[in-house]
Amino acid sequence: MLGAGVPLAFVGVFFAWPVLAMVGRGLFVDGALDLGGFSDVLARPRTLRLIGLTIGQAALASVVCVLLGLPIAHVLYRLRFRGRRMLRALVVLPFVLPTVVVGVAFRTLLRDGGLLGSLRLDGTFAAIMLALVFFNVAVVVRTVGNTWEGLDSRQEEAARVLGAGPVRVWFTVTLPRLAPAITSAASIVFLFCSTAFGVVLVLGGSRFGTIETEIYLLTTQFLDLRAASVLSVMQLVVVVALLLLAARARGRRTAQRRVDAADAVHSPRLGDAPAIAVTLLVAVFLALPIVSLVLRSLHTADGWGLGNYIALGGTGSRNALVVPVWVALGNSLQIAVQATVIALVIGLAASLVISRRPRSPGLRRALAGFDGALMLPLGVSAVTVGFGFLITLNQPPFDLRSSPVLVPIAQALVALPLVVRTILPVLAGIDGRLRESAAVLGSPPWRVMRDVDLAIVARPVLAASGFAFAVALGEFGATSFLSRPDRPTLPVVIFRLIGLPGGDNFGMALAASVVLAAVTVAIIALVERLRVGTMGAF
Amino acid sequence: MTALSVEGVTVSFDGTTAVDAVTLDVAAGEVLGILGPSGSGKSTLLRSVAGLERLDAGRVRWHGDDITALPVHRRGFALMFQDGQLFPHRTVEENIAYPLRIAGERGGSGRVDELLELVGLAGFGRRRVTELSGGEQQRVALARSLAARPRMLLLDEPLSALDRELRERLAGDLRRILVDTGTTAVFVTHDQDEAFAVSDRVAVMIAGRLVQVGTPAEVWRRPGSAQIARFLGYTTVLEGAAARLVDPGASGAIALRASAVVVADGGQITARVVRSTPAVDGARVRLAVDEIGEVDGVAGAGLPVAAGDVVGVRFDAVGIARLGSSPLGGVVASRGVADDSPLVDGARA
Repeated sequence: MLGAGVPLAFVGVFFAWPVLAMVGRGLFVDGALDLGGFSDVLARPRTLRLIGLTIGQAALASVVCVLLGLPIAHVLYRLRFRGRRMLRALVVLPFVLPTVVVGVAFRTLLRDGGLLGSLRLDGTFAAIMLALVFFNVAVVVRTVGNTWEGLDSRQEEAARVLGAGPVRVWFTVTLPRLAPAITSAASIVFLFCSTAFGVVLVLGGSRFGTIETEIYLLTTQFLDLRAASVLSVMQLVVVVALLLLAARARGRRTAQRRVDAADAVHSPRLGDAPAIAVTLLVAVFLALPIVSLVLRSLHTADGWGLGNYIALGGTGSRNALVVPVWVALGNSLQIAVQATVIALVIGLAASLVISRRPRSPGLRRALAGFDGALMLPLGVSAVTVGFGFLITLNQPPFDLRSSPVLVPIAQALVALPLVVRTILPVLAGIDGRLRESAAVLGSPPWRVMRDVDLAIVARPVLAASGFAFAVALGEFGATSFLSRPDRPTLPVVIFRLIGLPGGDNFGMALAASVVLAAVTVAIIALVERLRVGTMGAF
Repeated sequence: MTALSVEGVTVSFDGTTAVDAVTLDVAAGEVLGILGPSGSGKSTLLRSVAGLERLDAGRVRWHGDDITALPVHRRGFALMFQDGQLFPHRTVEENIAYPLRIAGERGGSGRVDELLELVGLAGFGRRRVTELSGGEQQRVALARSLAARPRMLLLDEPLSALDRELRERLAGDLRRILVDTGTTAVFVTHDQDEAFAVSDRVAVMIAGRLVQVGTPAEVWRRPGSAQIARFLGYTTVLEGAAARLVDPGASGAIALRASAVVVADGGQITARVVRSTPAVDGARVRLAVDEIGEVDGVAGAGLPVAAGDVVGVRFDAVGIARLGSSPLGGVVASRGVADDSPLVDGARA
């Protein structure tokens, strides 16, 4: 029960309470229920336009991600060729890159003088769309790929023998079996896109935005907390509905019988050519912003050189920053370590509890609900969480507003669903009789947990820590609210640098982005070596 | 001397009774086989003895001490599962040494080698368990179960996951190892051959109830009821005059295996062939026997038969069992399974 209590208390105090407080601000005025705020906010043409934009851009990005992700999943999970592992790693990389870094990378790519500057996409809807696809195609590839890898190809062969052509086989046999994974992936992509913050803030300028950026602007620029709350409430409703959809899709997926992956892959054939072409094109598309970012970071006013990197030791032109960038990196690393420890402890405890299969149907339902609740921070906007912290944790009993623990806690909340999604499937996959074997051989319960559960989950836990660390390092939405001016993190510093152009500031932002990306990539490369298949799959 | 006593144990899941008031004794050093069709509750009974199930009623005693409330890990029993349940993250050696480490036995490597030798896997210690074949995994599981010298070994369908040839070989090995080590053991199976090859006594379990307990020969020769007979592979049950026609000494019902009804020139009785299916050693036939009715039988390769032929029939005593109205042997918990079969029962095994 302690195992359930700690995560519940954590999610309750640091997630449910702040979010509910936000909701309360939108619904209640002077203690009375007042829905006037909704009609007021919804009557603004700007709000309506942004809601439409949010939904439209998330839907479009989801469709594009699925259309591009399916052929890539086929190539990376059903074909056998050299370099497959490297390609898989490349595809998943953008997903973990800090949003601010991706925003900056796309700016260097699309602005005048950039590699794709001639397309005149800077500051357009298309630019945001490209960046969203860049981020999220990995979700589709990994989620669908993991399912596809284990599908028994003899079912396709059976259909072929019965006279079905390749197209009919795809639509009548393969696609239906992938459908739950596709639904699950698409709903997660939609979720990420509709709550996208950093990348939209950097690329969208003033013309384009999401509900999320609008909440940020309403809070920080216009101080219209009521309108911000109303938008948070509406976003919350959409997110909960989507998570339920994704959870249903996940539930159906577990019913599929898996085969050994080695049995299902084959060498590339002529028929795979279109899928391979799509994969190569997308690989180039994924590499372009990164290459562009690195190249531009080496470009200084006096030609090529490391000037921008050397400038990271200072505080920028016109003293844009309070601390040198290296100090901000130190802050980031330190905070990310704290966030990782918190997310791991909470996530592991929660996973151990959820993976149990109690006999009572009531308890089982309670655990399923708990599982769903832990996924909520994934979709509820980080801005809402950050903002919620500000309005709830500034008074007793939790007067943490000026406390240094606030930022790590917020980052841990954002990383928590990813930790649970990495550890839980492995724990849930342990045959209950394995634990019984240990017990019968003389292990008391604590020893069963140590020798079976923890021993088997050790590698996924390591992978989850790397993943959580990368996410915490790049977290921007909540951190932008909560970090103290004298102790900024690297993403916050980068955003500040691109907000104050002129002098060396933009160049410094590029160099800082490269540093942040490099640290993230190094961590993810380590995680990839652990070969934990469930990472990044939902 | 009675080691294990199971007294009126009842276990139910969501209102369905899986084990229904089972009472059973196992003597020290004895190997008891619990035989029953799938879903008969035999595995649940075994898990109850191990302490893995919560009992709705009844007690479990060990040498007279009530251990019903004793937690699993303090019972000193070992349970071996159908698929071994080896720890995938440990080597063969580490799996076998696991219970030794819990018991705090140092210098267990000698014991591990000894056990590997015992199960015929000398030199396998450093292998990963995921590299082993199914049969090897079961041998390692057996070694692991025996490592800490359990007071009793429980085996849940230990050989069922293996193919037939391996199963027969391992059944012999299992019997030898259990007898050599003097281990008290209860094992569960749905396979009669396996039960008879390994056990000192067999307990037949059907629909949650213990219906017959006895030595393999007793159970084989005198099934307690038509239902037990059919589960044991007897295809036909005869009663009254029909029974006495086949076995004049029988006082009650008898059960026939297909192999007991042989098509033969100059047989005692004549029959008409209803159906004939070729088999490796001749044919399986369905016969309408005069004054008895339809029974399953066999025809030798030398005697080709076709549907409609009228043939002679001989009965082979080896395949005939007299049903015991009261099952033989020690502790019995028969509840007189009602069987209102017709004169000739055509149920096929």
